[in-house]
Amino acid sequence: MDASLKSSATAPIVAHAQALFEDLSFTAAREWKAAQPGRKVIGYMPLYVPREIIHAANMLPLGILGGGDQLEVIHGDAYYQSYICRIPRSTVELGVSGRLDFVDGMLFPSICDVIRNLSGMWKMMFPHVYVRYFDVPQNYRDEIGGTYYVNELAELRHDLAGLRGQPITDDELRRSIALYNENRRLVNELYAFRAERPWLAPAAEVYLVLRAGLVLPVEEHSTMLRGYLDAAKAEDRPRRDNCRIVLTGAFCEQPPLNLIKSLELAGCYVVDDDLLLVTRWLTGDVATDGDPLRNLATAFLHQSQSTAAKYEPNEKEKGQHLVRAVARSAAEGVIFAAPSFCDPALLDRPMLQHVLKDAGIPFIAFKYAENSGQMQPIREQAGTFADSIKLWSGA
Amino acid sequence: MTAIIVTPKPAAAKEVAKDASMVKQKEMMAGHYDRLTNAPQSGEKVAATFVPGNLNELIMCFGLVNNLPEVNAIQNGLRRTSGAYVLEAEKIGHSEDVCTYVKSDIGMMAKGNVAPNGKKFPNPDVLLLSYTGCFTFMKWFELLREQYKCETIMLHTPYMGDGKITPNMVEYMVKQLREEVIPKLERVSGVKFDIDRLRENLKKSVKAEEDLVWVLQSAKHKPSPIDAYFGGIYYIGPIFGAFRGTDDAIEYYKFLREEVADRLAHGQGPVTPDGDMAGEKYRLVVEGPPNYTNFRQFWKMFYDEGAVVVASSYTKVGGVYDFGFRHNPDKPLETLAEYCLGVYTNRSLPMRIDMLSCYVNDYEADGLLINSIKSCNSFSAGQLLIMREVEKRTGKPAAFVESDLVDPRYFSAANIKNRLESYFQMIEQKRAGAQAAA
Repeated sequence: MDASLKSSATAPIVAHAQALFEDLSFTAAREWKAAQPGRKVIGYMPLYVPREIIHAANMLPLGILGGGDQLEVIHGDAYYQSYICRIPRSTVELGVSGRLDFVDGMLFPSICDVIRNLSGMWKMMFPHVYVRYFDVPQNYRDEIGGTYYVNELAELRHDLAGLRGQPITDDELRRSIALYNENRRLVNELYAFRAERPWLAPAAEVYLVLRAGLVLPVEEHSTMLRGYLDAAKAEDRPRRDNCRIVLTGAFCEQPPLNLIKSLELAGCYVVDDDLLLVTRWLTGDVATDGDPLRNLATAFLHQSQSTAAKYEPNEKEKGQHLVRAVARSAAEGVIFAAPSFCDPALLDRPMLQHVLKDAGIPFIAFKYAENSGQMQPIREQAGTFADSIKLWSGA
Repeated sequence: MTAIIVTPKPAAAKEVAKDASMVKQKEMMAGHYDRLTNAPQSGEKVAATFVPGNLNELIMCFGLVNNLPEVNAIQNGLRRTSGAYVLEAEKIGHSEDVCTYVKSDIGMMAKGNVAPNGKKFPNPDVLLLSYTGCFTFMKWFELLREQYKCETIMLHTPYMGDGKITPNMVEYMVKQLREEVIPKLERVSGVKFDIDRLRENLKKSVKAEEDLVWVLQSAKHKPSPIDAYFGGIYYIGPIFGAFRGTDDAIEYYKFLREEVADRLAHGQGPVTPDGDMAGEKYRLVVEGPPNYTNFRQFWKMFYDEGAVVVASSYTKVGGVYDFGFRHNPDKPLETLAEYCLGVYTNRSLPMRIDMLSCYVNDYEADGLLINSIKSCNSFSAGQLLIMREVEKRTGKPAAFVESDLVDPRYFSAANIKNRLESYFQMIEQKRAGAQAAA
C-alpha cells in the first residue's frame, strides 16, 4: 500500500481498489462466481459494451484491460509482431497462462483492427468460451443505426440467455439499467468533484476507484464510489500550485499507474480524462420504461462520449468534445498520452490538436506502453508543460 | 583553361518485360488518371473512396469519377516518391506508428497533390467513406475532410466477426445506401439515381468477375501461367479500381483470359519483369500486401529462385470472387452490401485461415508465406496465429517476412532475401522428408 495513504480517510477504500487492480488472477471475480452455482463471468475489452445486459443475466461483467506493468509477457509476444501495441499480447498472456480460465465469455468491442482480429484469435485459442465481436453502429439515425444496434443487442441478449439457460426478461434489464444509471451518476459526481478540488481526489486514486468498477458487481462499486466521495470530501490535503490538465488518448491500453501519479508529481492536476470510458460512456441516464434494448440503443446513439473509435459525422463537431471538456473542468491544457501503435488515438491526434490550436488551448503529446517503466522523461515533459502554462497563461 | 568533365552515359536500363495485358492495364490506369486530373476542365465531379468496399457501379450512376487514395499511394510507392511524402506527413504531426498509405496521401497533398501523370489532382467533391475492413479508413477520411471541407458520406460495413453475413447486417447497409448514400450522392452530383442504370453496371461487373476468377484459378495448373500475387496486382487493378461495371473492364478481362489461356496452352509460366519465368520450383500462397517501394526487387527474390505465387489474399482485398460471390443485378443494393461485407479484410480471422488453408490445398502449394506489413493492423494483427494454424492444417511449411506498404525505411532487402532462401531450403527438406517416407 502507498505509504501516503495510511492515515487518510480514503486509505482503506483506495487500498481495496489497489488490491483489486494488482490482482492479475482476478480473485474477487473468481470468488463472486464460486459463491453461487451457475454464475457466469463475461469479460470485455475497451471501449464500451452494454454491461447492463450482462448484469441482467445475473452474470458479472469483467473488464479486461491487458496485463499492466506487473505482468511478464512470455507467450503473448509469440502472437504479435513488434509493431503492434501491447494490450493484445498481454491479454493473450492472461488467457494462455490460465488467469482467465474462469471466464465464460469474452466480448471484443469495435475499437480498432487489433482488438477486432483478437476476437477471431480468441475463438480459435479458447473454443470453449463464448466469444463475440461486439459491433456498434457508425450511423446515428434511430431508424438506421438504431435498428441495427437493437438487433445486435437482441442477439447478445439471446446468446447470454442461452449461456444461463433462461431468458433475460425486460424487467431484469430495466433493473440493471437503473443500477448502472446510478453508478454512472456517481462516477460523474466523482469526476465533477475532482474537477472542482483535484487536490482532494488525486488522479491515481480516482483511477483505482474507477477501475475497481471493472471487477466488482455494480452494486458494490456504487457503494465504493459513495464511500470514496464522502471520504475524499472530508480529507484535508494540501493544495499544490499545479496546473490543470485534461488527459486524452488513453482510452484503450492503460497507462501505468506510475504515469498517472507522475503527471501530478510533475505539477499537473488531471481534471478530466478518457480513461476507463466504459464507466461513463453514456452521458445521461438510460430510460427505464418502455423497450430496454431500444433505450440502450437510443442512449448510445444520442448520449454517448466522443472518441476516436466513433465516427464524427459533423466536421464542425470534430474535437469539440475536448474543447468542452477543457471548459467544463476549467483546465489550462491538454496532454495527449497515447499507447504506441494505437491507430485510433494516433490517427485522431492531429485533428484534435488542430482544434485545440484554433481554440488557443496548449497541449503536449507523448506515447507510452502499459509496461513503460521510465517515468523521468514524462515527468520532465509534463513539468515543463506545467511551468509553461503557469508562466505564459494569460500573457 | 576550361576543364571538360565527361560524364559517362549510364548503361541502358534493361527493358522490363510485360505481357500485352499488363500494357493494356497500364494504359487504362493512365487514361483514368488523365480523366481525373482533367476533371476541372471537363466539369466531371470526383468521388474519393476506398478499394475495399468500392462501390464503383453506384458511383458511376451519378457520373462521378472514382479516385482511390490507396491506389495513389501505391503509385507513389512504385515511383519512389512515397518516402518523402511519409516524412512530410510526419513532419506536420502524424505519428510514425500509423498507416503509411495515409501519410503518403497527406504528404502528397502537402507537396502539391501531384498525380502520376504530373498534373494536379482535383479536390474531391465527395468523400465516400466506405468503412469496410479497415479501421484506419474512418480516420483517413476525417483527415481528408478536414482539408477538403467537402461532403463526406459514411457507409458502415459491419464486421463478419462470427463468420457469417446476417440479415441484420444487410438490412443496415441497404438502409444506409437508400437513405444516406444515394440521396447525398444525388445532391453532390445533381444526378437522379436510376436503379436500372445500377443494374446494368452490375451486369457488366459479373462478366468481368467471371473472367477474373478464371484467370486466378488458372494458377491451379502446373506450371502456373500466372503469378497470383505480383502479377495478380496488375490483374486486379481495373476491377478493384475505377473500372468495375464498365465495358472497359469486360474487354480487359476477356483479353487477359485469352492471354492466360494461350500461356496455359503452351505450358508457359508467368511473365516477370525479366521475361518468361521458366522452371517452376516452388508454389506459394502469400498472405498480406506487398511492399511497393521495392516491388520489382521483391518480386525478383521469388522468380530468381523459381518461386511462383499461386494464390494470395491481397488480390481479394477489393472483393472475394473465387468462392462464388458475384454481384447480383436482381438485388442491386443488397448485392452491394454483400460485396462490402465479404471483402477479405472484413472476414474474421478463422475465415481468413480457412481461405488460406483452402488455397494451399486446392492450388497444391508448397506452403504459406506471410508478408507482414508494419503499418497495416487490419492485415497484420493475428498473422502469427494464422501462420501456425495454416501450417498445422495443411502440413505445409509457413514463413514470415516483414516490410511496409510504401515506407522505404522498412524494406530490408538482405533480411527478406535471407528469410526467403531459408524458407525455400525448408521446403526442399520437407519434400526430401516426404519422398524418403514414401
